[in-house]
Amino acid sequence: MSAATTTELPLVASQTIADESPARLALRRLRHHRSAQVGFVMLLMLTLTALFADRIAPFDPLLPLENVVRRSTPCIHMLGCAAGEPQHLMGIDGNNRDLFSRVVYGSRLSLQVGITTVSVAILVGGLLGALAGFLGGWPDDLIMRTLDILMAFPSLLLAISIVAVLGPGLINSLLAIAITEIPVYARVVRAGVVSVKDHDFVTASRALGASRMRLLFARVLPSSLTPLIVAGTLGIAGAILSAAALSFLGLGAEFPIPEWGLMLGEERNSVFNAPHLVLFPGIAIMVTVLSFNLIGDGLRDALDPRLHR
Amino acid sequence: MSSFIARRLLLLFPVLIGILVVTFTITRMIPGDPCDVMLGEKATKAKCKIFKQHYGLDKSIPEQFVRYMLNVAQGDFGTTIRDRRPVSDVIAERLPLTIELTVLATVFASTFGILLGVVAALNRNSTADTATMVFANIGVSMPIFWLGLLLAYFFSLTLKDTPFFIPPSSRLSPGVSIVPLAKLWGLQNLKGFQRFMLLLVSNSAILNALLTGNTKLLKDALWHLILPALAVGTISLSVIARMTRSSLLDVLGEDYVRTARSKGLRERLVIYHHGLRNALIPIVTIIGLQIGGLLSGAVLTETIFGLPGVGSRAVEAILSRDYPIIQGFSVLVAVIFVFTNLIVDISYAYLDPRIRLK
Repeated sequence: MSAATTTELPLVASQTIADESPARLALRRLRHHRSAQVGFVMLLMLTLTALFADRIAPFDPLLPLENVVRRSTPCIHMLGCAAGEPQHLMGIDGNNRDLFSRVVYGSRLSLQVGITTVSVAILVGGLLGALAGFLGGWPDDLIMRTLDILMAFPSLLLAISIVAVLGPGLINSLLAIAITEIPVYARVVRAGVVSVKDHDFVTASRALGASRMRLLFARVLPSSLTPLIVAGTLGIAGAILSAAALSFLGLGAEFPIPEWGLMLGEERNSVFNAPHLVLFPGIAIMVTVLSFNLIGDGLRDALDPRLHR
Repeated sequence: MSSFIARRLLLLFPVLIGILVVTFTITRMIPGDPCDVMLGEKATKAKCKIFKQHYGLDKSIPEQFVRYMLNVAQGDFGTTIRDRRPVSDVIAERLPLTIELTVLATVFASTFGILLGVVAALNRNSTADTATMVFANIGVSMPIFWLGLLLAYFFSLTLKDTPFFIPPSSRLSPGVSIVPLAKLWGLQNLKGFQRFMLLLVSNSAILNALLTGNTKLLKDALWHLILPALAVGTISLSVIARMTRSSLLDVLGEDYVRTARSKGLRERLVIYHHGLRNALIPIVTIIGLQIGGLLSGAVLTETIFGLPGVGSRAVEAILSRDYPIIQGFSVLVAVIFVFTNLIVDISYAYLDPRIRLK
């Protein structure tokens, strides 16, 4: 009896797997991926923080407070700070602002920064890559060789050069990062397009009289969606890091925007006497980047057809 | 092998020209009249005319580009706006440190990355494996500049008065300095490219110490680079550790590894000769891909540790709109990047004979 059930069970399990559609299979694998689970929980908390920043933050992120000591250490009631004192979970920054409120508002900016830069890069890069792969011949060479040259520059340094031309500022720094990311997505999409454009289902569709546009968008492009999702998720992590780096150098977001990189840059010289001002914004950046990296890893494992064992 | 290298060198030319086109275009895209931008308030009509003649800006764009290419080929990147120094001198002064830092960080990241990856792969699903991979995940997500600040705090304040104290800033300790090689060797009359190269070597504290046999300088120079190198290398270390683990696991599942084991080879021989050697190609690839990031990391980290490298000067130049410097640095960094990629490609051919024959 017990022997029969143990031999039957795995059989049943493998049958249900075989019956599932690839998308559902991937979703199921993603749900059971440990690091993806951790990543999703972290991202959910970040998103909630960003959405309800105005409810969570106890103070205004931009206005200096009165009656506070500049760069004072955190005051937390649970950890023994006098109950009469107003609570400052992460302390006061160099401009008498409540650091916790600034870090909370920073989550809004960081998520927006990551998602917009990657969206722009995917739109432009994806279109270029799709055209290159679909048309082939000289348009392919022209587009891809031009993008190769962009890739000859280390991406953050290219972004710095572009900011040099556009002038420092948050929007310009985002544009610079988006430009440096274009070749990555162009390559991903082109590879996907090239790999399927001569398949029978595309030829069949062409034989049925589908227009070139329809062939490209309805038949060929969806095949490169999978690697694009993975690259995009990991790209958000990279874009957030680069944007923080540019702001840290003073080339991105400007005073008094609550941007984590800028917060680190403003207080880098006080790391020895007020380390909390450096610690918390850095943790915020790390947690955000980590969540996208973990989800990206999970997606890659879940969507990789080689893992269909 | 040599024909492979020659072919790859030939392929470099279009890329180098492309880099020049990009940097040339970037400077031509600067909004406004270059004369106004460069001379600022001092720009009068007469002065602008002389200025434009001097820089060849009165010629057509293709002519300007050819002139720019010829100048760069001779190592002439123009002069800085603020103090009218040749940009090549500024580069020779600043670049050595950035390269030293990048190289040290690469060595650190590769050594420990491969080591951790091998340990993780050989103890698959153990605590050591999980810990390494968690560490690697956190490592890739850390902002370099933040890690640098934390390291500076930890090693110079928390560990103050212990033997592990490491100074948080500056290139060399007070009292330690480099000896200019040109003076030492009586080569003050060198010109152009030779002078530039001598300056580069001379300004690299590590090379300078090695060439003059100055152990005190060598120790001090390395000592001050430990923390920056740790900060710069951590992201790459994590990436390399992950790649080493997965690549080695793949290889250890191959038939020839089973054969090696079944013919009774010692386990160490199996792992290092049959396993790791074959696992190296993807690892070298990923190390090559990290070099751009390491270079960017070096540029970011310099500003934290008060090191006089390319990064801090480039940021200054951007904020003061000193374009010739930005242009010179961009060209040079791209060229270095391209050449390191070439070295990576050549090392593939060395590691995998099949690539040589293609």
